[in-house]
Amino acid sequence: MAAEPQTISELSRALTSRHTTAEAVVERCLQRIAERNPTLNAFITVFDDEAREQARAADREIAAGRHRGPLHGIPISLKDLFDVRGAVTTAASRVRQAHVADRDATAVAVLREAGAVIVGKTNLHEFALGTTNEDSAFGPARHPLDASRSPGGSSGGSAAAVADGMCIASLGSDTGGSIRIPAAACGLVGLKPTYRELSTDGVVPLSPTLDHIGPICRSVEDAAIIYDTLRGGRAGTDRTRDSRPLRLAIPRHYFLATLDAQVAAGFEAACERLRESGTTLTEVSVPHAGDVAAIYLHIVLSEAAAYHATTLERRPEDYTPNVRMRLEMGRYILGEDYARALRGREVIRREVQAALTGVDGLFLPALAIPAPKIGIPTVRIGGAEEPVRNIMLRCSQAFNVSGHPAVALPCGFTTEGLPIGAQVVGAYGDTTGLLHVAGAVEAALTAPVAASEIYRGPGRSR
Amino acid sequence: MTVKAWLEMAIHDAERRGLPELKPLLEALAKATAALRAAEWNADATGEFASDPAPGSPIPDPGRGPEHGR
Repeated sequence: MAAEPQTISELSRALTSRHTTAEAVVERCLQRIAERNPTLNAFITVFDDEAREQARAADREIAAGRHRGPLHGIPISLKDLFDVRGAVTTAASRVRQAHVADRDATAVAVLREAGAVIVGKTNLHEFALGTTNEDSAFGPARHPLDASRSPGGSSGGSAAAVADGMCIASLGSDTGGSIRIPAAACGLVGLKPTYRELSTDGVVPLSPTLDHIGPICRSVEDAAIIYDTLRGGRAGTDRTRDSRPLRLAIPRHYFLATLDAQVAAGFEAACERLRESGTTLTEVSVPHAGDVAAIYLHIVLSEAAAYHATTLERRPEDYTPNVRMRLEMGRYILGEDYARALRGREVIRREVQAALTGVDGLFLPALAIPAPKIGIPTVRIGGAEEPVRNIMLRCSQAFNVSGHPAVALPCGFTTEGLPIGAQVVGAYGDTTGLLHVAGAVEAALTAPVAASEIYRGPGRSR
Repeated sequence: MTVKAWLEMAIHDAERRGLPELKPLLEALAKATAALRAAEWNADATGEFASDPAPGSPIPDPGRGPEHGR
C-alpha cells in the first residue's frame, strides 16, 4: 500500500489528480488531533467545523477546475499569535482571554486566498518569550517522540502538530529562533526569512525589530511553497539551482563551541555527507559573535517590556510567573544600553554578511542540544551546567539580530532517536537563494534523516 | 550610571515593588550589560575609540510581502 502523502507538494499532486480529497485529508488531521492532542497539547483551538467546510469548498473548486495553487485544500495550523477573524488570539496567556480578532492577520488572509484550510491555533511559550513551551496558560506542549520532553519553542505546538500529522504545515514566529529551534527539536524544516520580508501585521509582537514569521513543515520545498505564497508569488517558484557544487562556510568559533556531544557528532557526520556529495566546506568567523547574547537580550527585553508594561501593572497575576519576571526585568534596562545593543546589531549584521562572501551559505547546527526534558533548568555540556534557555538560543539568535534568512533542517539523530537539526544561513534579502541552497543540502542529507522517516504520519508515528 | 549603581537601584526598586524574585534575574542582566558596555565596538565621545562599527557595503532592504491594509 502506498504511503499517505506527507508533504504539501505530494498532497497537492494527490488532490489535483483526484487521488484524495481535501475533505479526507482534513478529516484525517482532525481525527489525529482528537487522538493525540490530549497527550501533546499542541493545539489551543481547533476549527473543526470551519475546517471541514473549507475543505469541502476546496474540493468543489478543484473539481470545477479552479485550482488556486499548491496550498489549495492543504490543512495548515497557526501559532496562536496570529489573528483569525472571530477567534481569540490567546498568545498562550490569560492576559488575552477576552481578545477576539476582528480580522485575519495579513499572512492568514494570504493563506486563505491561496485555498489553505486553517485547522486551528497551536500552543506556544506565553507571548513567545521562551524556548520550551513550559510557560503557557494552557500547559506545556509536548514532544511527539517523547512526551516527557519539550518540542522546543516558542512555536512548539506548531512543530509538534506538524511532526505528529495533525496538520501538514504550520505558521510560526521567530524572534530568537522560535521557528528553527522547534523544527530542529522535532526533525522538521523551519524557515525564518530575511527580516521584514513577511508581514507581521496581525501577529502579537514580542520584539518588533527581531520578530519574523515563517513556516514549519516537512521539506524545504514545502517551506518554499509557503514562503512564495506569503510573498504574493513574487519570489518565484523555480527551485532549480545551477549544478555548481555548493560552497558552505562553518562559523565554528562561538557557534560550535558549546554543543551537546551527540549534536556535535551528528553535525560533523552531516558535514561529511556534504563533502561526499561534492560540497566545499570552509571555516569562517563572525568575530563578535560572543556579543550576540548580550545584544539580543537588551533588545528583546526592552521591546517586550514596552509592549507589556501597562498590562504588567494592571494584571500581573494573569502572566505565568516566569514570563512575568522576564518582562519585568526588561523594564529596568536603560536607554543607553538599548542604544548600545542597536549599535552592536549593526556590527553583527555586517560581520554575518562578510562571512557569507564567496560562499553559498553558512552551515551550522540549528540547536545545540536535543529536545530537553520538560522542567529542567540546566543541561550539562562539557562538564559545565548551561541554562536551557541560553543554550537553546545560542545557534539561532544571531540571525534575528542580523536579519539574515535561515533554514533549519534535519541532519541526524541521537542514540535515543531524538532529531538533530542543522541550519543554513543565506545572504540578506535573498531568501529565495537560501531556499535553493537549503534544498541542495537537504538532498545531500535526506536519505537517512527525512522527516517522513521519523514520523509516519497520522496514526503511524512511532 | 555604572552597572553596579544600576544593579543596586534596580534590586532596591524590585524589593520595594514586592518582587524580590527579580534579584537573580537582574544580577544576570547586569553581567550581560557589563559585557555589552565592554564591547570594543562601542562609540566614545572623545573620538579616540569611536569608529564605524564594521565598515562594509550597505545591507539591502528586501521589501515587504503583501499588505492587507492593516
